[in-house]
Amino acid sequence: MRRIIHIVGLLALPIIVSGCSDLGVKPWERDVLAQQEMNLISDPLESSLDDHIYFSKEASSGGKGFGGGGCGCN
Amino acid sequence: MAGKDLEVVAVAVTKKTHKNRELAQLLTAASCALISGLSQGVNAADSWDVDSAFLLYSESDGRVSAAEPVISATKNFDEETKLTFKIAADTLTGASPNGATASDHVQTFTSPSGKGSYNAAAGEQPLDDTFKDTRIALSTNWAAPINRDWAYGVGGYLSKEHDYQSLGLNGSLSRYLNQKNTTLTLGLNLSNDTVNPEGGVPTGLVQVPLSNSDSEFTQRSDSENKNLVDAVFGVTQVINRSTIMQFNYALSTSSGYLTDPYKILSVIDDNAGANFGGNFQSGGRDLYLYEKRPDSRLKQSIYWQTKHQFENDNILDVSYRYMFDDWGVNSHTIDAKYRFRFDNQYLEPQLRWYTQSKADFYHRYLNSSDYSSADFASADYRLGDLDTYTLGLKYGYKFADETEFYTRLSLYHQESSGDKGYGKLTTQELYPGLDAAMLIVGYKF
Repeated sequence: MRRIIHIVGLLALPIIVSGCSDLGVKPWERDVLAQQEMNLISDPLESSLDDHIYFSKEASSGGKGFGGGGCGCN
Repeated sequence: MAGKDLEVVAVAVTKKTHKNRELAQLLTAASCALISGLSQGVNAADSWDVDSAFLLYSESDGRVSAAEPVISATKNFDEETKLTFKIAADTLTGASPNGATASDHVQTFTSPSGKGSYNAAAGEQPLDDTFKDTRIALSTNWAAPINRDWAYGVGGYLSKEHDYQSLGLNGSLSRYLNQKNTTLTLGLNLSNDTVNPEGGVPTGLVQVPLSNSDSEFTQRSDSENKNLVDAVFGVTQVINRSTIMQFNYALSTSSGYLTDPYKILSVIDDNAGANFGGNFQSGGRDLYLYEKRPDSRLKQSIYWQTKHQFENDNILDVSYRYMFDDWGVNSHTIDAKYRFRFDNQYLEPQLRWYTQSKADFYHRYLNSSDYSSADFASADYRLGDLDTYTLGLKYGYKFADETEFYTRLSLYHQESSGDKGYGKLTTQELYPGLDAAMLIVGYKF
């Protein structure tokens, strides 16, 4: 578990360093984030197809949403 | 009207479960019917967003291949109030590893229904080629604000295969903070699944009978249930004008029948002698046992995702997931996508790396000296030590009317590893890898 925290910390580090001073934006600064491509899941169907494949081929599922399922493939 | 089309198509496809050729045609027809039905809706109301995609999945060496059309339609009442319907169908054919080890002689296996048998040649990975299935899944979701600071969502889904049904309900509640720069979300999902395997529910860790006239078959129940409860707690944070980050903690419990009724294990002879490391004999034939898993599982995961847009408009999307459960499985997943954006086109290379450690009860095979004392055992490679890699490239084109076409080709590679066995078994390939190709074509309008 400690290893995980290290990895996550390392991955987040550049963003924490650059963004910590002023987290967030004013309502009029949302032009970039409002783009459809900037949604965290910008292609829900593509994500659901991927999740379905990985759910049926690996022992893990979920994380970004509910754990998949609804299928006898695993 | 579109709803009625959906029903007709769903019923028609379900009835054709066993006829795969006709099914492929039906699925194509179904997708077309859905698209045409729904586009009429688009013209009429002009406030529907339709998202459609088709997946082709194919494994090397004639193993599983799948086709999956999926379409979703979202009615936008206002910026935050929406109703979504989604229908997906998939059809699978091909051969799937049954769990037994390769052997120095031809092996014969009873088919899951007990009505026939299939063989694996000497030195070859035993694959059950009776494997085929069709699934239809329907889901719907409603999302709306409660007030300036709160929003909620509710949804339900239903999916049906000839040997599996799932019924689920979900809900979520979100709280916006800090001028909507921070969003806290709590989601809950409940599902009730029924497994009704071909040939009935086999008894775990009991010898696979020769045919369905055996008493093991006649005492079987037709179906078993499992219940799932998932909860997700998430924090989404706007970092700056071009960066957004999410952190989730998810808890998932399942209870009931979690075994794969079609998977078996080989029992290997560990008595010193000529057959050391060969298939153990029982009742004059090779001994195979049905697998058996615990009747509950608790999975937990943490998930982190960041999306960042650079000065040149290109977008980096990186995520990491750590999952662990009380079966002893630990996994790490890293997924990275980088989108090069041109005027109305984009090109997106994708990389995914996944590694998992085996479940406590995973055994590639059981030993003749101690198989009878096992409480649980599975040789399903998906519960073993496993590394997988996905390399993909996506291309998209946005038309002037804001519709979008995209296509993606991904290559998926699996590598299993583990205990190499002893005696005769060491000459067999116990952990064959797998390669698969996935092609997705999508259109949003």
